[in-house]
Amino acid sequence: MNHLSVVDVARYYGRRKALSQISFTCDAGEIVGLLGPNGAGKSTLLSILATIVTPSRGQVTYGDRAPGESGGAAIRATIGMLGHDLFLYPELTARENLTFFAHLYGVADVAGTVSSALAQANLSDRADDYVSSFSRGMRQRVALERALLHGPQLILLDEPFTGLDQTSTAALVARLRERQQAGCLIVLATHDLDVAEGLLSRAIYLKEGRIVGSDTDSRGLVDRYRRTIRS
Amino acid sequence: MSGFFRVAWQVVRKDMTVEVRSKEIVLTTLLFAVSVVLIFSFAIVREGRAPDDVAAGILWVAISFAGTLAMGRTFERERYNDTLRALLLAPADRPAIYAGKLLGLLLLLGLVEIILVPLVALLFNAPILAFPGKLITLLIAGTLGFAAVGTLFAAMLVRVRSRDTLLPVLLYPITVPVMICGVRGTAALFQATPDEPLARLWIAILIAWDVIFVTLSLWTFEPVMTE
Repeated sequence: MNHLSVVDVARYYGRRKALSQISFTCDAGEIVGLLGPNGAGKSTLLSILATIVTPSRGQVTYGDRAPGESGGAAIRATIGMLGHDLFLYPELTARENLTFFAHLYGVADVAGTVSSALAQANLSDRADDYVSSFSRGMRQRVALERALLHGPQLILLDEPFTGLDQTSTAALVARLRERQQAGCLIVLATHDLDVAEGLLSRAIYLKEGRIVGSDTDSRGLVDRYRRTIRS
Repeated sequence: MSGFFRVAWQVVRKDMTVEVRSKEIVLTTLLFAVSVVLIFSFAIVREGRAPDDVAAGILWVAISFAGTLAMGRTFERERYNDTLRALLLAPADRPAIYAGKLLGLLLLLGLVEIILVPLVALLFNAPILAFPGKLITLLIAGTLGFAAVGTLFAAMLVRVRSRDTLLPVLLYPITVPVMICGVRGTAALFQATPDEPLARLWIAILIAWDVIFVTLSLWTFEPVMTE
């Protein structure tokens, strides 16, 4: 997948409009930030991009594929998602969680992939501990590696910096940059503008379900966010 | 197709691993089912004798109530950390997720029935060893028919706030035919003069139900789970 195209996407829940007239395109190697206050539609948009939610109107195209045409499974194979909830089973160990999802995602060398994912998360020595005993930062690291197990080209992250300390945040930023260098397209929704500043290739500002602005300069993001969202 | 079974098997294995560690579902459903049978036995059995046909009814009441409890819990577990989304994000046929959850539920209910059936036999003098093959077939077919519909409804309701109330409200009216077949078929085997042909008829109806509802559930799972 070398680009993602969102064309006139809208999503309604009954009479409530969660998203309206959303259109943008982005390319491989970009880190795109969805910025906006609570209820702006960021998570809904990420869920639509993840094929979990169907748009009420409009279309999302992944490279040259659309979910309706070539079957969702082929598209989902190119997507990795880290939600606000971490999609991990607390009753399983870190290794068991990753092994389960590696099997589910059809990874060829499960044991090898899981070992390197644990090493990447810096959790090799805690691999056989239950996830319920982990701190938020450790869980986040496992969850991120869970999302990257199958080498997705499109990485979707919903509030990935929430609850992380400075060290964990820096590690996450480094991992995202490494995936960006590898040619992945990363779309993240965040409120953490301080971290987003300097990280994003492009910022898309959402307010009340609509795009109210976008820019490709992530310096001075905090000021521009305030101006754009208040206007 | 091999991907379908691989995913279904992984979901079953994961559910069983979690259950072996927490024992949450099996203990609550088993305790509930045993309590139901015990309460009925104290209320109905007089001087060691139970009215005719009552054992079959009580067995299926216990199975259906315990099954409803287990269905709700098995999907509640996927809701805690939004792991259902991770399952739905897998590049696999989504019906395989349904098949895995259904098989996991069947295994749990099977375990409950292994305790429940001898208990009913003991308390209500039910001749469970007279036609063990037919009784096991009835239990498997009835439990599958009930769980097939219940698993689909439990998955549909996982994001609904009033899911605990809605699940039985939706499930029981639709699965009444399964319960009738199960009760009548089991009663035909438990009665003083067992009626094998009648039991076979109820088994055949249950198998037809299973084929229809498992197919329908596999077919509708993907659209139902995509918001």
